[in-house]
Amino acid sequence: MALTEPTVEEIVHHAATAPKGRSLWSDARRRFLRNKAASLSLVALVLIALFAFGGGFVAQYERGYVDFTLIGINSTQGVPSFATGHFFGTDQEGRDLFARTVQGTRLSLLIGVVGSLVAVVVGTLYGAIAGYFGGRLDSAMMRIVDILLSIPFMFVLILLLVMFGRSLLMLFIGIGLISWLSMARIVRGQTLSIKNKEFVEAAIATGVRPLTIILRHIVPNLLGVVVVYATLLIPEMIIYESFISFLGLGVQEPNTSLGALISRGASQIGNGVPWQLAFPLFFFVVMLFAFYFVGDGLRDALDPKDR
Amino acid sequence: MLAFILRRLLVAIPTILILIVISFILMFAAPGGPFNTEKPLPAAILANIEARYGLDRPYLVQIGSYIWNIVVHFDFGPSFKYRDQTVSGLIAQGFPVTLTYGSLAFLVAVVLGVALGIAAAIRHNTWLDYIATGTAIGASVLPNFVLAPLLVIVFTLWLGWFDAGGWSGKGWDAAVLPVIALSTSYLAAIARITRSSMLEVLNSGFIRTARAKGLPMGRIILRHALKPTLLPVLSYLGPAFVAMITGSVVIDVFFSTGGIGQYFVNAALNRDYSVIMGVTILVGVLTILFNLLVDILYAWIDPKIRL
Repeated sequence: MALTEPTVEEIVHHAATAPKGRSLWSDARRRFLRNKAASLSLVALVLIALFAFGGGFVAQYERGYVDFTLIGINSTQGVPSFATGHFFGTDQEGRDLFARTVQGTRLSLLIGVVGSLVAVVVGTLYGAIAGYFGGRLDSAMMRIVDILLSIPFMFVLILLLVMFGRSLLMLFIGIGLISWLSMARIVRGQTLSIKNKEFVEAAIATGVRPLTIILRHIVPNLLGVVVVYATLLIPEMIIYESFISFLGLGVQEPNTSLGALISRGASQIGNGVPWQLAFPLFFFVVMLFAFYFVGDGLRDALDPKDR
Repeated sequence: MLAFILRRLLVAIPTILILIVISFILMFAAPGGPFNTEKPLPAAILANIEARYGLDRPYLVQIGSYIWNIVVHFDFGPSFKYRDQTVSGLIAQGFPVTLTYGSLAFLVAVVLGVALGIAAAIRHNTWLDYIATGTAIGASVLPNFVLAPLLVIVFTLWLGWFDAGGWSGKGWDAAVLPVIALSTSYLAAIARITRSSMLEVLNSGFIRTARAKGLPMGRIILRHALKPTLLPVLSYLGPAFVAMITGSVVIDVFFSTGGIGQYFVNAALNRDYSVIMGVTILVGVLTILFNLLVDILYAWIDPKIRL
């Protein structure tokens, strides 16, 4: 059978009419968008982010502004209303709850995203290095993770906050210290199966340096798992921070977070000011639900097992 | 088996020591000592106080005698803030309470969680399954510090069934709300794990064989499917235990149950180092021992685990 070389015109024509290739990620995006709960949650998250970062322009009061005339008569005068400009009512000190909820939501979101980012960077590198090199280095590195995981970290985090003062920085450091551990474990497991694939073998054979192999060939193939797990980690971090702030050990006044607001609202439930609990709680629960469904949707979209 | 237990113990002991040393280093590294007050104490008085608590000795001697006292006398030293109380005394007061409602909550979470998970798996894709998974998702985004105030609103303020808090001198009904608040999210997690594990087991070959030879469904579930289903649940018990101890802090604060968490939070707010360290170490040791127990159970049930 005689094969003729295709002409340039033929090649161009072919390229123009050929069906567009579907990448893993575009496939995943289609699957994700078909999942109603996940897409809806993504919309909810965008709205919450808009609220957290743009709500300050809508607020009628500075979040630190104390309306002394309202103190003590909060349950009748501090009711949420558009007329007074206190959309979410006021808190016990006569401060605008809308402005405070905006700032609290922003802080909770930031904590979640930062904790998750630390997990992605540190955990991925740590796990990939341990898994790729294997042997004694692997068992030593994983033993360290095992030991750290078996320590009740919430208590150590509180210890840290008490010893070094309750600052936002310390909170970020503490949360960053915890978050990467299980990520490292998951990534290591994935790396173990990827490193025996042919393309890694080919890279080794052509003399690519180990670190380049990890960054160029292994990490990109881990991204699916990492993205899914990072999304599921965000609500976990938010819960951690809220827990600490609920105890009064986290964010300090005049700053606040959803956990601190819920704690203050919960302590006032007997005083006829239900909005002080309701609004922060609403944003907290919706945010966690949304992250949960988005993470779940991403897992369904990216996990090749369940197709 | 014995060798396995010994080997795990050999890992557990250094982990505990590392925990103690970390908390000690944190204390030394912390800016400001426990006796720094707003008005600086005269140097002579400060020296006297430090001598009284043994803080003037070299660090290594301090760590050594601290560990020695814990191991030999179960003595965590005196509280730095309350002259008439020792850390061990506080633990002896609070720990029985925590243990009582903690183990109740643990039992409720495991028994109900497993039952719910199995029911959902057997009636896969029916209303029972949807209700069970729906509740499980809902409960997982309601951490105990959110659930606790909600329970109080519903059961104390609206229905008036239970008191809002208190423990000593009260009957069994004082434990109801704390147990519900503490167990719900782990109940949900255990139900989810059991359900997916059971579904996987029910799809496997040996179950098909059992059904093919005509065994009744109840028999198949109890005799064949239950054991492999419970393995992943078992490995979740370690983390669940840690989370419950951590959660008990919220329960104590919210319901004034007088458990160990209450002292911990007070100590954290007062910078009472010795109490925080004592509780952290105690919780750490408990966690490590519990994980050891779970590991041994796991190895005992699953013969595939290499000893």
